[in-house]
Amino acid sequence: MSSRVITPGVSGGGPNVRSLEAPGLRIGERIIKALLWVAATLSVVVTTGIVISLLLPSVGFFQQVSIVEFLTGTIWAPAFAEPSFGVLPIVVGTLMVVLFAMLVAVPVGLTSAIYLSEYAPTKVRKAIKPILEVLEGIPTVAIGLFAFSVLTPLIRELTPFLPWTGPFSIGVAGITVGLLIIPLVSSVSDDAMRSVPMSLREGAYAMGATKFEVALRVVLPAAISGVIAAFVLGISRAIGETMVVLLVAGAGNPVLSFDPTKGIQTMTAYIGSTATGDISQGTITYDSIFAVGALLFLMTLVMNVIAIRLVRRFREVYD
Amino acid sequence: MPKATTGDTVTTDEEASSSPSLGVSDALGEERTRQASGVNTFELRNVNVYYGDMLAVSDVSLDIPHNEITAFIGPSGCGKSTLLRSLNRMNDLIPTARVTGDVLYHGVNMYGPTVDPVQVRTVIGMVFQKPNPFPKSIYDNIAFGPRILGMKGDLDEIVESSLRRAALWDEVKDRLKDNAFGMSGGQQQRLCIARAIAVQPDVILMDEPCSALDPVSTGKVEDLMLELKEDYTIVIVTHNMQQAARVSDLTAFFTVAAMDETSNRTGVLVEIDETRTVFSNPKDERTANYVTGKFG
Ligand SMILES: Nc1ncnc2c1ncn2[C@@H]1O[C@H](COP(=O)(O)OP(=O)(O)OP(=O)(O)O)[C@@H](O)[C@H]1O
Ligand SMILES: [Mg+2]
Repeated sequence: MSSRVITPGVSGGGPNVRSLEAPGLRIGERIIKALLWVAATLSVVVTTGIVISLLLPSVGFFQQVSIVEFLTGTIWAPAFAEPSFGVLPIVVGTLMVVLFAMLVAVPVGLTSAIYLSEYAPTKVRKAIKPILEVLEGIPTVAIGLFAFSVLTPLIRELTPFLPWTGPFSIGVAGITVGLLIIPLVSSVSDDAMRSVPMSLREGAYAMGATKFEVALRVVLPAAISGVIAAFVLGISRAIGETMVVLLVAGAGNPVLSFDPTKGIQTMTAYIGSTATGDISQGTITYDSIFAVGALLFLMTLVMNVIAIRLVRRFREVYD
Repeated sequence: MPKATTGDTVTTDEEASSSPSLGVSDALGEERTRQASGVNTFELRNVNVYYGDMLAVSDVSLDIPHNEITAFIGPSGCGKSTLLRSLNRMNDLIPTARVTGDVLYHGVNMYGPTVDPVQVRTVIGMVFQKPNPFPKSIYDNIAFGPRILGMKGDLDEIVESSLRRAALWDEVKDRLKDNAFGMSGGQQQRLCIARAIAVQPDVILMDEPCSALDPVSTGKVEDLMLELKEDYTIVIVTHNMQQAARVSDLTAFFTVAAMDETSNRTGVLVEIDETRTVFSNPKDERTANYVTGKFG
């Protein structure tokens, strides 16, 4: 007790009152705080910058082409002498990719997530999880090449009754993108399902539920928000996927068609194949890239808003 | 039916007066239901439970009588939950857990080759320490079991009768579609009991069902147990001496003992007897120390 410094003003016999003021300026703390603020601000600024740089050239575009014409037109011919800017054909192309991708990725990704989270022995899961994460990181151009050289011929071989024409197919592109996003869907869904508390599973088991009933009727509904989030992430990636689509669906055929055996241009494929060194700034073709980019951005945004709504509606909340 | 309430304890019986605060009722007479039934739901013979190489419960032999309440008490880590979970094969869910010896359910070896653990759990239900309702509506919580088991009969009726049985109907009948998470902890636990009843088991195992509840909710759950024992065999793990004394007919006291040669510690059964005997006149000194709070 006597070794302690007595704060002035307190009589020696009284209680030993210790200072409540900061011992120093805590410079380090302030610097860290500032750095964190800069980092956070920077990410907001960069995102805003991207949006603005997309929107500005598209403002120029929409001064020449009406929004209605753009959104409802069914002929996409930006490079013709008499250009036409109806975006629907390439929007349909993108949606076809999303559709086929999800037809593959949802059942396979979900099944594998259920297996990983509910059935796989710890050892197996510990081996598979990192493999999934590596798969997520494979360059999409490599997967595109694989699809072009192996998958496309294989699928044609297996389905000779389909009216295949030309080297490209939007359906195969969608399937390939689906394969590409399986690891993502599976991994995120698995995380969501494994975060469901063990006590819920035990409650169901204790009533005589089988493993499958527990997985399907307890764990999956309880994890539904995370699983939907996984699907949305998958859809967003499918919308934005460029390389696979360029290689497998081709870039040259912006026709309005729902035929999966045809090569159809998607929005990303249009941007990717048009935004090359040849294009001169200030032309309407140049501006059209940004209009398509802005629409792409808007679609992803709407996707996410819908997802958030769905998640709120379906969520089965824990405390 | 006679009720085991503290107020009935007016006798000058020396056993009862030696521990009046426990509220052991002997107003019912010691020859009550035990003798009346004489049937054992479970018979355990030399049961060991291992987690991997670790022996968690060692050499337990005991009988659990039909349609009575048997309490497992003992210090933390002595294997009460482990043993309880071996009674409906919940231990099968833990990959490392292993049971040796005989666990007989009405004479049938529960770990026999033809026994299906899923089927076992439809007959022997369980209520857990922390209320664990599903994040679904109150109705769907109760209907879950009957639905997956494909039980015949009107689902609405099953839900209502289960909730009535759990003394919860009046509190929730106007909000059956509400999420069960909106209920109080005590209501949630009674919902879990109702959920267990809904599949019409023969046995209900309860692992510290009141440890997360306030005294009023605890009282309700205890009343419920006393009602349910007319139709169900109940085994309850509890850390609450008074609770064991209030509700149980039989009490088994477990403790942690060091095994002879190794330094491994393992759970052992010290004694099992009528609750009033265990609390007022135990055979083993360790039991006496524990129930009087001198443990440790
Ligand atoms: N899943 C498990 N894996 C490995 N060891 C376990 C597992 N569950 C329990 N044990 C061990 O088994 C022993 C008995 O545990 P148990 O949970 O049965 O005790 P308990 O008597 O129920 O204790 P409490 O009163 O604290 O609930 C303890 O040593 C515990 O560490
Ligand atoms: Mg326990």
